[in-house]
Amino acid sequence: MAHAALTHHDVMQPPPDRAMGSGVYTEKLGMWIFLGSEVMFFTALIGTYIILRIAHPSSWKPPGVVLNVPVTATNTFLLICSSVTMVKAFAAVQDGLLSALRRWLIATVVIGASFVGIQVYEYTHLIEKGFVPSEGLYGSTFYAMTGFHGFHVTIGVLCMIFVTVRAFQGKYTAQDHRGVEVIGLYWHFVDLVWIILFTIVYLI
Amino acid sequence: MAQVQQPKTSSSSPLTPTTSGQDTPPHKAHPHPNYVGIWVFLAVLTAAELTVAFLPWHKNVIIALLLGMALWKAALVGLYYMHLRFETRRIVILALGPLPLCVILVAAVATEFFW
Repeated sequence: MAHAALTHHDVMQPPPDRAMGSGVYTEKLGMWIFLGSEVMFFTALIGTYIILRIAHPSSWKPPGVVLNVPVTATNTFLLICSSVTMVKAFAAVQDGLLSALRRWLIATVVIGASFVGIQVYEYTHLIEKGFVPSEGLYGSTFYAMTGFHGFHVTIGVLCMIFVTVRAFQGKYTAQDHRGVEVIGLYWHFVDLVWIILFTIVYLI
Repeated sequence: MAQVQQPKTSSSSPLTPTTSGQDTPPHKAHPHPNYVGIWVFLAVLTAAELTVAFLPWHKNVIIALLLGMALWKAALVGLYYMHLRFETRRIVILALGPLPLCVILVAAVATEFFW
């Protein structure tokens, strides 16, 4: 009789102890796995840079000689600002403050796009000065690392625009805001990578 | 007639499957950290880095200080902005898992140059 009461729906449900899965929803788990692969990607770039720099110290100039530290410091500050606006957006949607969510997301998009714009300005001036990617180890490693990072920021800004549009469409609530959290994780990771890059590329 | 025991799934569980078959994100399980305070601290550390980088000190001391501050800033972003401080152990393991692999990767490349 007990078997007769079991419906097809019951059979298809996961056992209670498996229902929680990994304890995290799918999109967030996927983002963390992706960020793990990104850690390996940037480690390959940064690790190679450090080894090359130790092996060929004469190929690098002291800080501030070739690279424009004040401009890049401004950019670093901008990226830190964008991280706090992003996390404030996340906090706002958690609290159900949807208009604040939209304002913080717009601020993040604007600041992120400003970062990319300043990086383009920096590249333009460096190339005008003759510091090009083919300029030995210094040039090639500089453009490889900062270029890939800038590419990641650009992708982040585009994704952020997508999330902002969805926020204006009312897609996020205090109960379901996966998109905001997942893009936030990516954005903070990009900020974290820049913190390391700024120090080892521009200040050391 | 025997009653069939339904699986016990709390309606307030953060990962209770919805009718659409998707998981819902967890509700806020901790109070918000002081995000603006952390931002101020990150800005102060950045200013300190800019100062230290151009001090007339021994180069190794400057490098050690700069790397220390950079790692401190990175840890603050990871712990509080990415919420690793409040995440489950599985997520923390997933986040820190690549770090030993990073050491292996760099060590393997370093052997090409130095040995």
